[in-house]
Amino acid sequence: MAAIVTPESDTVAAPMQRALREAFYAAVIALGLFVLFIGLKTDQNIKNELILVQRWGLLAAVVIITAVGRFLYVGFGQPAIERAKARKAAAPAAVAEPGFVSRNFNKIGITALVLYPVAIVALVGLQGSLKWVDNFGIQILIYVMLAWGLNIVVGLAGLLDLGYVAFYAVGAYAYALLGTHYGLSFWILLPAAGAMAAMWGVLLGFPVLRLRGDYLAIVTLAFGEIIRLVIINWREVTNGSAGISGIPKVTFFGLMSFNVSDPNYIGKVLHIATSSAYYKIFLYYLILALALFTAFVTIRLRRLPVGRAWEALREDEIACRSLGINTTTTKLTAFATGAMFGGFAGSFFAARQGFVSPESFVFLESAIILAIVVLGGMGSLGGIAVAAVVMIGGTEILRELDFLKAVFGPDFTPELYRMLLFGMAMVIVMLWKPRGFVGSREPTAFLKERRAVSSSFTKEGHG
Amino acid sequence: MNANPPINDAILQVEHLSMKFGGLVAIGDLSFRAKRGEITALIGPNGAGKTTVFNCITGFYKPSEGMITLNRSDGSSFLLERLPNHEIPARAKVARTFQNIRLFSGMTLLENLLVAQHNKLMKASGYTVLGLFGFSSYRKVSAESVDLAKHWLEKANLVDRADDPAGDLPYGAQRRLEIARAMCTGPELLCLDEPAAGLNPKESLALNELLMDIKNNSGTSILLIEHDMSVVMQISDHVVVLEYGRKISDGDPKTVRTDPRVIAAYLGVDDEEVETVLTEVGDEEVIEQLDTGPDSAHGPGNSASMLAGPVSDTVGHSNGGERVTVEKGAGKADRSGPRAPDERQSTDKSGGRK
Ligand SMILES: Nc1ncnc2c1ncn2[C@@H]1O[C@H](COP(=O)(O)OP(=O)(O)O)[C@@H](O)[C@H]1O
Ligand SMILES: [Mg+2]
Repeated sequence: MAAIVTPESDTVAAPMQRALREAFYAAVIALGLFVLFIGLKTDQNIKNELILVQRWGLLAAVVIITAVGRFLYVGFGQPAIERAKARKAAAPAAVAEPGFVSRNFNKIGITALVLYPVAIVALVGLQGSLKWVDNFGIQILIYVMLAWGLNIVVGLAGLLDLGYVAFYAVGAYAYALLGTHYGLSFWILLPAAGAMAAMWGVLLGFPVLRLRGDYLAIVTLAFGEIIRLVIINWREVTNGSAGISGIPKVTFFGLMSFNVSDPNYIGKVLHIATSSAYYKIFLYYLILALALFTAFVTIRLRRLPVGRAWEALREDEIACRSLGINTTTTKLTAFATGAMFGGFAGSFFAARQGFVSPESFVFLESAIILAIVVLGGMGSLGGIAVAAVVMIGGTEILRELDFLKAVFGPDFTPELYRMLLFGMAMVIVMLWKPRGFVGSREPTAFLKERRAVSSSFTKEGHG
Repeated sequence: MNANPPINDAILQVEHLSMKFGGLVAIGDLSFRAKRGEITALIGPNGAGKTTVFNCITGFYKPSEGMITLNRSDGSSFLLERLPNHEIPARAKVARTFQNIRLFSGMTLLENLLVAQHNKLMKASGYTVLGLFGFSSYRKVSAESVDLAKHWLEKANLVDRADDPAGDLPYGAQRRLEIARAMCTGPELLCLDEPAAGLNPKESLALNELLMDIKNNSGTSILLIEHDMSVVMQISDHVVVLEYGRKISDGDPKTVRTDPRVIAAYLGVDDEEVETVLTEVGDEEVIEQLDTGPDSAHGPGNSASMLAGPVSDTVGHSNGGERVTVEKGAGKADRSGPRAPDERQSTDKSGGRK
């Protein structure tokens, strides 16, 4: 009876055999699945007849890729993962001292952001910098700011808000309408837009914050849609789906303007060549300042009693009430503060685009902002910024990938796959780091030393 | 202030309190008083309505009938059933803990105690506006609040772990932290819902010390729900016994523990407690009473009468220092681990239903 194989030797000695077997099964399944999907294609010929195009080559390629992928995963990927796990289990106590980069992450990040336009202009010149500063820099920073604003509501107070874009819309339309009709300057309307969004936050909050969890999420979602529909249908004021154009540009605190025709055009004042890049660079620094202001206020608020009450609310609402905290006003302040930053971002957005229409404020925007907050790690400013760079930067960079056309044919438009990649990235990140990029939480006060709180103790909130 | 001493003498007066859930009468016409500076214990079998009384006092439930008066030491009185939930701790100075511990588990111990001082800090921070700009008046109050938190961490013997997340603490320490957190609100009446449930003897001792310390040094009166008879008998000054939502006994620990109705209630409902109660009592008079069989009006008659025989055996043996378990309840009596799990559900329900 020497032929008895112990279970251990089975798994250790025969991973290759098993990998081959698994690869074969995968190939069979792939063949079965794709023979009709890929192998055959219906098409119309010149006489408008339906014909079957046979694509056996492509089918074979897909099946082979599947089999090889499965073989590599089972044969090499899985054992490697197991080994890494075993190694981790063997040495659990060795917590790595945070390296230079992670210790000074914030400083390095802010310095990089401040130097970014300078570096870009130096690299590709004024005209070439337009795309990089506008499409990447400003676009990403708007989302960073929005996500940081929503983070107050979702990450700190634990209130799931699916209609955040409504406040963004309120801010944008506040600036667009007041700016075009009354010619008020951006610097007056920025706080006004924030205040107006905060006011809407409170108005929405009053009836809604009695609800918790799923119900709150649904009602905030509905609120977002209501605002959008009001904007579409209230034509006399908002000009409906046609939107509002000709929104005045931001001036350099009234000292310089960015309109070529104005006497105090920046080029004339500083005696430099006319270029539209100045405005973009100015906007970049403006949104950077606004975003940093959001971060600064959030950090400050977290250490104040309100901020602590928000987090306590996320942890346990009933305990909060037993300690004499008025949970309704606490939730309202979280809602209003988050909404205010949404309003700021909205007025900036209107000023940057020079045009607003309801299409910019669809539910998808709320979902993307929320996704960034969740991916980054609820409550963590650094993680959220990284998530925004990855998500928004990643989808923007798809526009740049022209070489993909060479691979997939000339009518391949990578932008169309934006949402697919966005979703895939989310799934992968959530599997790899279920609590987002930065799962741990910084305590707001300490007696002896500040130690991050592991995410296994924090809660997400129920409402 | 002393114009009406009998009223001011009692920090809490519960009068004709009733609470109905649909058809179920969880509390029926309950009246009792808790004296200032004393530890008043509220005991009774599972489901007797003790937690419901707490929820009525602390505003989580609005009672169907009755009046709950709280007299503060400055002479002001509050009708608790009329105050909104969060104003009871803030204005009437009643703090509570929960049967299933409710800490802010992702926040550090220090943060937990700072959240408890929310109202004071909020005022000092000028409702956030002054605090945002770092005014020195706020910083002073903020430092004081950290000192107060430290004070209570020391009392609860937790100061070494001040910067750890609350969820990381062992069970007994979580209980003490919850009490420390309640004390940080500066209460005049502290309501503790089964603080000793699930604690090992050492933790139980630490808890007793903390409670005696609070009673003797902070001027806070305590209302205590407890299952562990040794805790009740050792530290409480006054005991109120509930069964099926009604008061069946009221008095000092000695009279209560010899009250046949109380013994019957414990025997009738929860055979796990039989041993404890009788060991505690060890009283000839009671044993005689037991031999005649408990009053069948209180609790399921059959289980009580089935126990009546073996029970007296147990007393005889345990007096000799040896622990012999009651035959029928043997499986249950062996279960010395935390009692919390099965009760957790009942309060999760009652806590979350608001
Ligand atoms: N929210 C509620 N809804 C319905 N019934 C409840 C609720 N809270 C408590 N009860 C019922 O009231 C009774 C007393 O419960 P409780 O006060 O938790 O008992 P104890 O704390 O003494 O063990 C139980 O029968 C319980 O089921
Ligand atoms: Mg209870």
